[in-house]
Amino acid sequence: MWPYPHQVSLIAAWGLTKRFGDFTAVDGIDFEVERGEVFGFLGPNGAGKSSTMRMIGCVSDPTGGALRILGMDPSREGTKIRSRLGVVPQQDNLDEELSVAENLYVYGRYFDLPRSMLRTRIAELLEFVQLTERANDHVEPLSGGMKRRLTIARALISEPEVLLLDEPTTGLDPQARHVVWERLWTLKRQGVTQVLTTHYMDEAEQLCDRLVVMDRGKIVAEGSPRQLIERYSTREVVEVRTHGQVTVMAEALRRLGESPEAQARDELYERVEELPDRVLLYTDQGERLVALLGEVEHESVLVRRSTLEDVFLHLTGRSLVD
Amino acid sequence: MAPAAVVPSTRLAVEYWLLTYRRNWKGSLLTSFLSPILFLAAMGLGLGSLVDAEVGSGRDLGGLDYLDFLAPGLLAGNAMMLAVNESTYPVLGGFKWYRTYMAMASSPLRGRDILLGHFTYMAFRVTLASFVFLGVMAAFGSVSSPLAVLAPLCAALCGMAFATPTAAFVATRINADNFSTYTRFVIMPMFLFSGIFYPVSQLPIVLEQIAWLTPVWHGVRLCRALSTGSGMEWELVGHLAYLVALILIGTLIASRTFTRRLYE
Repeated sequence: MWPYPHQVSLIAAWGLTKRFGDFTAVDGIDFEVERGEVFGFLGPNGAGKSSTMRMIGCVSDPTGGALRILGMDPSREGTKIRSRLGVVPQQDNLDEELSVAENLYVYGRYFDLPRSMLRTRIAELLEFVQLTERANDHVEPLSGGMKRRLTIARALISEPEVLLLDEPTTGLDPQARHVVWERLWTLKRQGVTQVLTTHYMDEAEQLCDRLVVMDRGKIVAEGSPRQLIERYSTREVVEVRTHGQVTVMAEALRRLGESPEAQARDELYERVEELPDRVLLYTDQGERLVALLGEVEHESVLVRRSTLEDVFLHLTGRSLVD
Repeated sequence: MAPAAVVPSTRLAVEYWLLTYRRNWKGSLLTSFLSPILFLAAMGLGLGSLVDAEVGSGRDLGGLDYLDFLAPGLLAGNAMMLAVNESTYPVLGGFKWYRTYMAMASSPLRGRDILLGHFTYMAFRVTLASFVFLGVMAAFGSVSSPLAVLAPLCAALCGMAFATPTAAFVATRINADNFSTYTRFVIMPMFLFSGIFYPVSQLPIVLEQIAWLTPVWHGVRLCRALSTGSGMEWELVGHLAYLVALILIGTLIASRTFTRRLYE
């Protein structure tokens, strides 16, 4: 029996688990997605994001736990749920032999949408993703960014209540990424609920109202990008680079933190992180820290805002871009 | 607020395949014309003139000219070849290269719609090509019974008796490595040894008995009986039942392998 009768979230998962043989891809995760929000799964490759997305998309049955989408059970009402979802898969699966417009048409027909309705919607959607001029061109020669936009348009053909985007901008150049982001913002303003996965920090920060950080099948943190940064990082990060040995400089920086002058006021920094070519100092007082750096030999200093990357480093102890 | 419930159906999946067919129907129809013309001219007329001179309209060929003997056999064999083509690379492509099936699976369509949609289209392709084949046969003057109009349907059954188990097998493949081995060492021998070019009674008894088991032999017998109008009523029912059974079994297995691959 479903133990949560008053569930109102659009999507809700309790102890959701997916195993492939001995391998546990998704290890008992809980999350809820509310109507109208943009919800993100952030994590490195292999964290279980795509497996989770496939379960939400009702193309993969959970091995354990419970999942409700639009109030329905995906293992029993997959067809009904899918008719209200729009899916942008990680790998484009457009039909390269068909034209841009035909791709939208044929996908719309899978939803049994009448031809006359499709004609109007295709025109609107092509306008929306800025592909009107390419309507009758084949898909094959389109750029990666255009194909991505077409896939997004295709996912919107049925006017879905929830849009699922699995790594929407992976492999796109910066310009193309920004065009996609801008379209997704527009959809958000129109109230379309979006669930996305990404391994890009900036993408999660730009798009998500709320996100969970996944690592090895588990959720290791949850919150808005701001909350996560506040909780797991500091206000600022000072990046100190050196020509010499990083370990030597890190040692000097640690001594600096323990010096009487530094101890005089609040803690100078919270943590020190050594990377191959630089040392990161997590601090709430970047300017003061930089003023004291003269005593340590270094090549250059950069003070920047803390990002989700820092959160991830803190949570998992390793860089996100594997 | 709640949109009208979508009733998924095989018909919607078939529409996709027909749309792709509309893109390249000219090429595929041309092939359907040329292939029987080449075979019937080279083997039916060319080789046939020798055979007829030597054997006459002998008992071994059931009193038929070689062309009239060969053409219905080729009709079934051709359907087999086309069906195997349609159920190997396009099926793996649906999972792997073009990911057509995956796109369908994310829509309201169910696994069975995806599978039956493609099978329906394959049957359509093979039936169409077989009717074209029959047209060419008629032009060569090797159709002697009005029942021959049913022969393309039997050829299509023969084709689908290959396509359904082949697709079931292909759905379990990671890559196309074994496909050419399958065509060369499973399908080609059937093409050569199942009574298309000569009666299987010419074979050693062991091979003859193996030939009886191949779907194509049943298809050949059906097509030949219909195009020449030579009786064999009860035997025909047996052949039909055998082909239909294979199609059902193939579809059943395919629905398992497809489901596993689509929703892993």
